[in-house]
Amino acid sequence: MDLLEYQGKQLFAKHGIPVPDGRPAGDVDTAVAAAEEVGYPCVVKAQVQIGGRGKAGGIKIAGNRDEAQQHAEAILGMDIRGPRGEGPFKVHEVWVERASEIDAEYYASIILDRSAKKVMTMLSAMGGMNVEEIAEKDPAALVKRHVEPGNGFDADRARRLAADAKLDDDVLDQTAELMVKVYELFNAEDATLVEINPLIVTSDRKVIALDSKLTIDNSALFRHEELAELRDVSAEDPQERLAKEKGVTYVKLDGNVGILGNGAGLCMATLDVVAQAGGEPANFLDAGGGSKAEAIVDALEVITSDEKVTAILFNIFGGITRCDEIAKGIIEASERIEIGVPMVVRLDGTNSEEGLGLLAEAELPDLHVEKTMLGAAERVVEMA
Amino acid sequence: MSIIVTDDTKLAISGLTGREGSFHGLRNRDYGTDVVAGVTPKKGGQDVDGIPIFDTIAEAVEERGANTSMIFVPARFAASAIEEAIDAGIGTVIAITEGIPVHDMLRVYWRAKEAGARLIGPNCPGVLSPGKANVGIIPAHFFDQGSVGVVSRSGTLTYQIGKELAQAGVGNSSIVGMGGDPIVGSDFIDIIGWFEEDDGTELIVMVGEIGGDAEERAAEFISEHVSKPVVAYIAGFTAPPGKQMGHAGAIISGSSGTAEAKAEALESKGVRVGRNPTETAKLAVEAVGAAA
Repeated sequence: MDLLEYQGKQLFAKHGIPVPDGRPAGDVDTAVAAAEEVGYPCVVKAQVQIGGRGKAGGIKIAGNRDEAQQHAEAILGMDIRGPRGEGPFKVHEVWVERASEIDAEYYASIILDRSAKKVMTMLSAMGGMNVEEIAEKDPAALVKRHVEPGNGFDADRARRLAADAKLDDDVLDQTAELMVKVYELFNAEDATLVEINPLIVTSDRKVIALDSKLTIDNSALFRHEELAELRDVSAEDPQERLAKEKGVTYVKLDGNVGILGNGAGLCMATLDVVAQAGGEPANFLDAGGGSKAEAIVDALEVITSDEKVTAILFNIFGGITRCDEIAKGIIEASERIEIGVPMVVRLDGTNSEEGLGLLAEAELPDLHVEKTMLGAAERVVEMA
Repeated sequence: MSIIVTDDTKLAISGLTGREGSFHGLRNRDYGTDVVAGVTPKKGGQDVDGIPIFDTIAEAVEERGANTSMIFVPARFAASAIEEAIDAGIGTVIAITEGIPVHDMLRVYWRAKEAGARLIGPNCPGVLSPGKANVGIIPAHFFDQGSVGVVSRSGTLTYQIGKELAQAGVGNSSIVGMGGDPIVGSDFIDIIGWFEEDDGTELIVMVGEIGGDAEERAAEFISEHVSKPVVAYIAGFTAPPGKQMGHAGAIISGSSGTAEAKAEALESKGVRVGRNPTETAKLAVEAVGAAA
């Protein structure tokens, strides 16, 4: 899960990583009160998980109470799109923090390097722009170093990293100390990414984290109850929220062909064949392994809650999933919820004959059985 | 011949006493896999349908000669079960368990490397060598014995391709589910390398998906070290950027890691890439025909 900037900064503070004084606010009054507490000038920052907030008008400096109020009114509730057209994300919360006087902007991150199976630490004196831009403009300016297994990452190693990145001499020790704390946080909180951009040097030569980007490993949330409770409602649309409540793996897309598959790989392949047949997938929905009828009812409820959906494709290849359970789920869902659009069903693998038999007996209206994945994709695109 | 699991496999199953563990463990035995032991702490001395249970993997190795371990325990205990197997001297560990924390896997990965143990998974469907042994949850009846090695990040997609191969009369040497997690014990490179060395494998089918750069690295490896023909499929051509699709592995970030980029990387090294599972199976059947 990705944390919002302020959730990350609160986690930074907990681990002794310096951040500007700030408060979160979900409404204008709270935001103004927060501004009064942290003092002026302060910055009102939209809390959405997307880059380019500043350019989109989601970050504003307030010099006094009136400005704080104006900015909070403008930013709360606004829709922000990402630089690559992601979103829009509605702003439900702002973070109000004391404005910092900036001497220098650096870049710092610690990430899990999947290829090398090692933790990677990175520092650059060129902060403020995104890391891909740094790497493109001046690859030598981005110093990357793996933490070798068994070695750990101590202040000496961190200081060498900072020196090699050509950070200012007078802040090498401070930066090293901060990086060691980030590494401790990375391990203690089961993070897979911690990025600070910019990491700034203030006019009184203090190194502090002006932004935060953190990803926590979902599989480790069982040992981080306080993090598991954090949710970012702005990043979810109504279908995705419903899916989460139902425990269904669902990603909303822009098209009109609803898709239900089992297994992430097969489900992605289903999106591909629907697109190849000239259709536009409305979603990715992985019913998972060993799905029971009830899960199928939930999944159909999520898919049909998207009004754009004009036809639904079931592409199931039963391994541990039994096709008769899938068929039972389809029949039960037809009785319990208003589906209202044609369904194309392809069942193959474990117990597929039993499943197809159940569907034939049920004689559901507007349900069409296809034998192959490609045939099913073509059929559903015709009907959508 | 086959890779990873063979006629010599003597399997100990951690978590055999659980509901899923016993269901799949007994199916593996019914297939002909030599399941020599189950391992569940504090249940030593019991048995599951005649398979003796031990408290520790070390005992299963000592008393029953186990050389392969399958991990079927809940995620929060799985990393230590893998470590226990490695410490007991098991040479091949196949971890089916889904949802093991990445930081735990980071530790386990290097522990396995140091010990020289081969780790498959986690979050994988296991390994099937048709006619010899099945370790994991792959439904064996979709696959015939033959000369095509399959390695995949996705389970159901593998079954889909396996069935299409079987319908065309093409069988498999081994089918390896490498798992969809960010950190897996064995990558495409490792597994394709074993297929290259395996006398019973004439053609390799690799099934990848968006996210990470395992397919791109495999493309480099294939061009330098693999003489056998390789056919590939990449799932996720229509996935939008920045969205996570189920597997932790299936993430696209920025421009790299897309299905298009992976397909190009492979094709530039002479690997034929199918645009869907059916086309991929056809390419494999053609390539086998050409080699024969």
